[in-house]
Amino acid sequence: MDQVGSGFSDFLQFLFMGLQRGSIYALVGMGYNIIYNSTGVINFAQGEFVVFGGLMMVTLTMTANLSIPLAFLLTVLFVTLIGVLMERFTIKPVKNPNVLRLIIITIAVSILLKGMAMCFWGKGSHYMRHFTGSDPIEVFGATLLPQTLWIIGILAVVVIGFVLFFNHTMIGKSMRACAINRDAARLAGINDRNMVMLSFALSAGIGAIAGIIITPIIQMDYTRGALLGLKGFGAAVVGGLGNSFGAVAAGMLFGIMEAMAAGYISSHYMDAVALLILLIVLFIRPSGLFGSADAARLREF
Amino acid sequence: MRRIILMATAGIFVLMVSSLAFAADKEPYKVGCVFAVTGKASWLGEPQKNTAEMIAKQINDAGGIDGHMLELYIEDTQGENNRAKQAVKKLVHSHDVVAIIGPSRSGTSKILIPDMQRAKIPMISCAAAESIVNPVNPWVFKVAPNDSDAVRKIYEHMNKKGIEKIGIITGTTGFGNAGRNQLKELAGEYKINIAADETYAPGDTDMTAQLVNIKNAGAQALINWSIVPAQSIVPQNMKQLKLDIPLYQSHGFANVKYAEAAGEAAEGLIFPASRIMAVDTLSEDHPQYNVVKEYKDNYEKKYNDHVSTFGGHAYDSLHLVVNALKAVGPDPEKIREYLETANFVGTAGVFKFTPEDHCGLDKEAFALLTVKDGKFVVLGE
Repeated sequence: MDQVGSGFSDFLQFLFMGLQRGSIYALVGMGYNIIYNSTGVINFAQGEFVVFGGLMMVTLTMTANLSIPLAFLLTVLFVTLIGVLMERFTIKPVKNPNVLRLIIITIAVSILLKGMAMCFWGKGSHYMRHFTGSDPIEVFGATLLPQTLWIIGILAVVVIGFVLFFNHTMIGKSMRACAINRDAARLAGINDRNMVMLSFALSAGIGAIAGIIITPIIQMDYTRGALLGLKGFGAAVVGGLGNSFGAVAAGMLFGIMEAMAAGYISSHYMDAVALLILLIVLFIRPSGLFGSADAARLREF
Repeated sequence: MRRIILMATAGIFVLMVSSLAFAADKEPYKVGCVFAVTGKASWLGEPQKNTAEMIAKQINDAGGIDGHMLELYIEDTQGENNRAKQAVKKLVHSHDVVAIIGPSRSGTSKILIPDMQRAKIPMISCAAAESIVNPVNPWVFKVAPNDSDAVRKIYEHMNKKGIEKIGIITGTTGFGNAGRNQLKELAGEYKINIAADETYAPGDTDMTAQLVNIKNAGAQALINWSIVPAQSIVPQNMKQLKLDIPLYQSHGFANVKYAEAAGEAAEGLIFPASRIMAVDTLSEDHPQYNVVKEYKDNYEKKYNDHVSTFGGHAYDSLHLVVNALKAVGPDPEKIREYLETANFVGTAGVFKFTPEDHCGLDKEAFALLTVKDGKFVVLGE
């Protein structure tokens, strides 16, 4: 192959890698934002939702031998239930909810969930088969695994589902109303408590989806939560906290920049790239790339 | 009130008498264990604790060491330096142990060296770092083979196959970094040229960018040095990129789950590991055969879990202490002297300790293994 052609296929290869990494950051980042919008806090147990999603999927497909679509559905429901229980038992009963108190509660829940995952699934790492085989697909000299297509495709479905839900359903609109102004929403007759519960449910569901689609590639163990949560949190911050589409864009930016850095500079600096972007954005635009500076000023956190 | 005090006193007396009766014949031998049973290194500490408990039970069921029961005091370091220090203090001052086995991690082992020197109690570490026994401290030993010997084993094989130009890809954890340094340091000695040097983080999901660079650098073989599950992605990505060069892994690959996760892509890769990982294909004439076979069968039957090299380190260190107790009795100084000249066939290899070499293993502790039908087998030459 001539120099130009091979250069292009390399670039494409790096791009695929970046899109795959970015999709995962984006999904985790979206999860943070949903809860942030309804409660104003960062849910530190978000990474644990991802872990539970991955581990439950492994159990259902590899041990219980369920088909992938059925296991997918059951896993999402299971983790959504965990999210709901978390809200009902740890967030709702708090008498004077302030940001610091709630954040500390989510940290406690994350430790608890991590311990539970260790007890149920043990300390080893678990793997599962790729959804549809692992034979690579060739595109202009670059290759990608079918699982990468699944990851990017499922992210797209989730994003489209979100747009429809938040813009075209009553519940979605109510949730947005609560995010914009909780008191006003309550005066308009929206039960804001239920919206908080719903946001935990949605956020847990998205976390579970992220866990399910990456487990065939990275395997899953009970300690993964913090690591997975970190980059997703970075994406949420860079995209502008509370802005789910910002998180998707920022997650993709992180993923692609990291892959390009690994390809063209050196893989030793790959992780530094994400941190560099995070720092630059925090210095220049503390409200994030897509966040509104005015809205950020009104926030408690 | 008076009655309560009387009853309590009576109770204490009963306890004392009964404990006397229990230890009527001979004083028990006390050995301390410091393992990372919980925490981030629990995958090391847990099999070690299980192994130590299993061996102690076997010995005591068979009547102890010359009639002395073996009493283990197991402390959990949680993989943390401070807790390891506290644990050793407790073992030395409250329990009067005659020797300590563990800790599980290199960092915690190194930090305990001054404590062992002060307490004058021998310690046999289950961690791998060479700096634990180099420079030699008279009281500190280790039973895990050296990382550099794993590198030597790989480079030797490459020399035999005529491979000169290689790529390396390492995880960014302590294990990966140490391996990367060793690979670079020893390359010259074996006339090997590292044409590409790449890394990945434990949470990474795709290494194709790094592999494209390794491919473009014209490497004839690739070494993937890591201990995290993410290493299983490398063979899969190589297959995806049709990068058809021999793949070598580190001994950090010695976990059957990693091979299962990499699936078909892992077939034929080569890695150095302790022989305990491939007992079924080990020749019965091998000096270690009986030891590893017995340990593997007992452990897997009792705990219903795969045997690991890490648990094997506890096997080796505890048996060394037991041999010493048999030979010289419960005197720490004499145990130390015994260990310095001990010869012992263990799970990690055939040990030959000397006052200058407190590890006692060389590169022959590693066998080259390969993956065949998802199982680890000894590589035919």
